[in-house]
Amino acid sequence: MDKGFLPRQQFPELYQALTKAGYEVIGPTVKDGAIVFSPLAGFEQLPTGWKEQTSPGRYQLEQTAGQRCFYWNTGPQALKPWLFKPEQPLWQAEQTADGLCFRQTPEQVQPRAFIGLRGCDLAALKIHDQHFLKGVFTDPYYQAQRQQLFIIAVNCARSASTCFCVSTGDGPTATFGFDMLLDELEEGFLVASGSDQGELIMQQLPLANTKKKQISEAKQQLQSATQQQRVMPDEQQLLKLVDRLEHPQWQDVAERCLACGNCTLVCPTCFCSKQESHSDVKGQQADQVRLWDSCFSEQHSYIVGKVFRPEISQRYRQWLTHKLATWQQQFDRSGCVGCGRCISWCPVGIDLVEEAQALLKSEADDG
Amino acid sequence: MMADFLPKGQQLPIVATLADKQQESPGIYTLHLAMDTDSSFDFAFGQFNMLYLLGLGEVPISIMGWQQNLLLHTIRAVGRVTQPLVALNIGAQLGLRGPFGQGWPLHQLEGQDLVFITAGLGCAPVVAAINYAVNHRKKYGQIVILQGVKHHNDLLWQPQYECWRDLGNCQVLLAASEEKKRKYHWRLGMVTELLALARFDANHCAVLMCGPEIMMLAALKQLAKHQVSDKSVYLSLERNFQCGHGSCGHCQLGPYFVCKDGPVFHYPQIKSWFGLAGV
Repeated sequence: MDKGFLPRQQFPELYQALTKAGYEVIGPTVKDGAIVFSPLAGFEQLPTGWKEQTSPGRYQLEQTAGQRCFYWNTGPQALKPWLFKPEQPLWQAEQTADGLCFRQTPEQVQPRAFIGLRGCDLAALKIHDQHFLKGVFTDPYYQAQRQQLFIIAVNCARSASTCFCVSTGDGPTATFGFDMLLDELEEGFLVASGSDQGELIMQQLPLANTKKKQISEAKQQLQSATQQQRVMPDEQQLLKLVDRLEHPQWQDVAERCLACGNCTLVCPTCFCSKQESHSDVKGQQADQVRLWDSCFSEQHSYIVGKVFRPEISQRYRQWLTHKLATWQQQFDRSGCVGCGRCISWCPVGIDLVEEAQALLKSEADDG
Repeated sequence: MMADFLPKGQQLPIVATLADKQQESPGIYTLHLAMDTDSSFDFAFGQFNMLYLLGLGEVPISIMGWQQNLLLHTIRAVGRVTQPLVALNIGAQLGLRGPFGQGWPLHQLEGQDLVFITAGLGCAPVVAAINYAVNHRKKYGQIVILQGVKHHNDLLWQPQYECWRDLGNCQVLLAASEEKKRKYHWRLGMVTELLALARFDANHCAVLMCGPEIMMLAALKQLAKHQVSDKSVYLSLERNFQCGHGSCGHCQLGPYFVCKDGPVFHYPQIKSWFGLAGV
């Protein structure tokens, strides 16, 4: 992949090129003490100098002296809410003089360029593509948003203490699914294209030739990002979780877990949803709406007369065994991309990796 | 612009009109629905539809049958949507999405004895399959129908059972678990106890079950005692279905989405997951 160098002072020209090409630019910005993806009025809104400190149950932004815009790793969410929306009207029903009518809810879409997505985010996107585009039916709402995406990925220059993408094989390098790829250095960016559309944008940038020193610096910082403290057991090991359904660890975690569902909401691959009918006051018209849901909710497994998972231990077990083990049978890979969001955004600091290790370690102990 | 449209009848409901309604027992009604579509409604026995009432939402209901161009759904009025559903007047309209899921593999089972084991409203998802087997009597060996209820007057379609017994050359065995006094043709006790009276070849049979899971678990134990192998057993499960096609995640059982991989499963496929608390 040929790379060019874009000096930092000329970085805003990327924004100009994207808007000129008709994209709404969505990128990271600091909001409410976290990195949040929002429409950007300009690159000055990028989180310059910010990095995050994370640990189980903790996410804290810190200002650094540097000028980097992508020195953080994750925010609570990246792409998921833009494609699989928290609230998605699906269809409308109306009682008319001619009888009951059903119609698909129309939706406006526009070309959007996302800047700042990481390897873990792209791995999660690939999983959601598989679920929403290649399931029994294509989800037209997801598809409409997905088709007009332009993705500018960034290789991570460091890892947060909750990251474990190296062990899931999803980072810190972005290797697929992008239109452009950046490596951020102090003085500017190494830029590469990953598609014809990316090439078109790249041609409009005042790129200089890369220097050996820049290539080596990018390689070095990527190398340092691979130094991660948490290691998720490999997929073959994780499959054994389904043999541990009666393990006392489930009860142990249930005593800490609040069943709040935060882990499922920040997870970039969780796809559970529920449907509600929202009616007008006259009862003549109603919207069928899809809303994010969580397997931590007691109602999630409810049918008339029975809740299949009444205990928190059973709901945590459902989440973890699905995400790490049975997901593999459904999608040919684990549902975990190593972003660590579920760890830092858990209000009581439950660490997915530690729980998986504890469940599997005991298996080895049991011989 | 939308890139695609919701497939009509699968993701976007089609309109159905209530053409007839029959009360089967207290709180249980069969709705006869006329479809607002030119094409015939193709379904496999054991599949289900999502029925929609304006402003109230959808409920999954198994397909009971197809009769004179009308789709039959037997519904117990217990919930927020099912109570107003059964209270609809003739001529009322509702929405319908489906059919969803995998049905009973009746064609694969030709030449074998068929044993139907059902309890309560669990008979609804197998009625159409029984009717098919009875109407194609020569394709199958012995047909045995075991049905359990609490009280004998809870039995839906009593004339139908008589008809199967008389015309279908079937063995029909009925059990009432909470009845005090035995009636003609009835046994006192659980449906699983009827297996001892059933006449079929354990080495050459297919068992089709639907009902409460606790009943199916008990029946599986009894079947094992009668030397019926796991691979002869098919069962229909019930879970929280919201989308109908494996997208919403609610109905998962281990690696399966019950709505699309089931609701009818070959028992060996789900044996390691079936009956586990909280799974």
